[in-house]
Amino acid sequence: MKKNVGIVEPKIFNLPDGLKLESGKTLPSVALVYETYGKLNKDKSNAVLVMHAFTGDAHAAGYHKGEESAGWWDFMIGPGRALDTEKYFVICINVIGGCKGSTGPSSINPQTGKPYALEFPEVTLGDMVNAQAKLIDHLGIDKVYATLGGSMGGMLALEWAAVYPERIECVIPIAATLKHSPQQIAFNEVGRQAIMADPDWNGGDYYGKALPEHGLAVARMLGHITYMSNVSMEKKFSRRVKEDSDEFKFAPDFEVEGYLQYRGQNFVKRFDANSYLYITKAMDFFDLSGEKLFAKGSLGRTRFLVIAFKSDWLYPSCQSQDMVRQLKMHYVDATYCEIDSAYGHDSFLIESEGAQQAHLIRHFLTKRS
Amino acid sequence: MSPYRNKLDHKIIYEIIEPGAKVLDLGCGNGELLELLVTGKKIKAQGIELSNDAIHACVEKGLSVFHSDIDSGLPYYPDKSFDYVILNQSLQEVKKIEAVIEEALRVGAKVIIGFPNFAFAHGRALLFFGGRAPVSSSLPYEWYRTPNLRFLSVKDFRDFCSRKNYKILEARYLGRKGIVRFLPNLFCMNAIFVITR
Repeated sequence: MKKNVGIVEPKIFNLPDGLKLESGKTLPSVALVYETYGKLNKDKSNAVLVMHAFTGDAHAAGYHKGEESAGWWDFMIGPGRALDTEKYFVICINVIGGCKGSTGPSSINPQTGKPYALEFPEVTLGDMVNAQAKLIDHLGIDKVYATLGGSMGGMLALEWAAVYPERIECVIPIAATLKHSPQQIAFNEVGRQAIMADPDWNGGDYYGKALPEHGLAVARMLGHITYMSNVSMEKKFSRRVKEDSDEFKFAPDFEVEGYLQYRGQNFVKRFDANSYLYITKAMDFFDLSGEKLFAKGSLGRTRFLVIAFKSDWLYPSCQSQDMVRQLKMHYVDATYCEIDSAYGHDSFLIESEGAQQAHLIRHFLTKRS
Repeated sequence: MSPYRNKLDHKIIYEIIEPGAKVLDLGCGNGELLELLVTGKKIKAQGIELSNDAIHACVEKGLSVFHSDIDSGLPYYPDKSFDYVILNQSLQEVKKIEAVIEEALRVGAKVIIGFPNFAFAHGRALLFFGGRAPVSSSLPYEWYRTPNLRFLSVKDFRDFCSRKNYKILEARYLGRKGIVRFLPNLFCMNAIFVITR
């Protein structure tokens, strides 16, 4: 029986000297929240770095004490699972700029004693990776066996390969891209505009006051549509009408409306509006196209498994194919698979859809060169 | 058991390819031939395959594969990336034959092409006496089920190569039980050619 990793506890690492950012600014005090599953072996060669997606967190597997829901990639991580914790030391770190424990715009600015809000410096995916690298150093790990993740997690995995090519053996970007298309930037911009149009956003200064809940909920609703597919929405909602819908007052009539509102309202309880702005901008500016993926090293000894989903229209498979094309042109060992899943961009998070993904990753990682 | 699992075409291709060669298999299926070559000849292998199940089987074998059809999968590779490009039993399913062979000769120094010979005596007899499109062990599909888009003979392929100025380095003819040397266009079921520019 394939088991869960059981009860887990998040850990905190404070970067000893802060973090110099790509913009040239410095974040003086940086905390990273992370979780680990499995054991680091003697020669420290079995570390697998799992990267979370945009609104994800370090809680990738197992249960926090007293909580009922497991980590976001629980079906992938555990004894006997694709990321087998009896073989690998799995690490997941919350990104900086976020709001899940690592330093971000809602953290206290040591200079003012108040939350940073928009005083928080602009961060990039490169900064997020550089911060993670300091934690990996702290854990005494020189070479990471594999780095992988879906969506922004996949982009971070690529960034790792670009910045630290000599430290990575395998890279698995899932439903990811070398750069956002104008369509992806456009969706992010509508989300940002929804947040900033909320009067409670107040120029980012809303901590301890009314939160920009409406704007953030609308941003999430839009995002959620782009994570699903036409087919999965048809299956889940079709045109079914809500039971309590009788009078026509622009209250939710269709189930899909109620569902999106519910997801939006839930989201504002767990996510910070300013983090939404900072991270989406970081993703939009991310660009490893052209020669940039190879700027620091040839990646000649790194192996890639690139996974896309057929029904993903937000990060369409042509973006993954373009990535593989770049790798092939540089003689990098790359395998590309397009999984026939109907669940759109979110497919990599859905257990019922995860069998093929798990199978590919398990076997790809088993082959050690 | 023979390492070729009694597949004569695999045995012949295995003999052709030198140890350590860089090989791209177009339409590599479940990766059986590539795995054989990796294990026995220590080749550097890559494959392109369209089928979902087959691509999973390839990853299981630890092969480096690209999930795509052959027609659109090739422009990714730089010139002369490979010593050999293999098109074994997949050419007859390709849409843009001329472009694919041109591309194969661009990315590979030599191209190995294996295909069923449509002029095989048994097929001729089925058509001539039976009056029906042949269904045989090398052409196992009824007309309404066949993935084959192309029906060519040994002679047709030789004509094609001379028209295109491709050099034929080797030609092997396979019959039901072994190599055919006499009147191959009449008596071979499958042909394997090694061509170059």
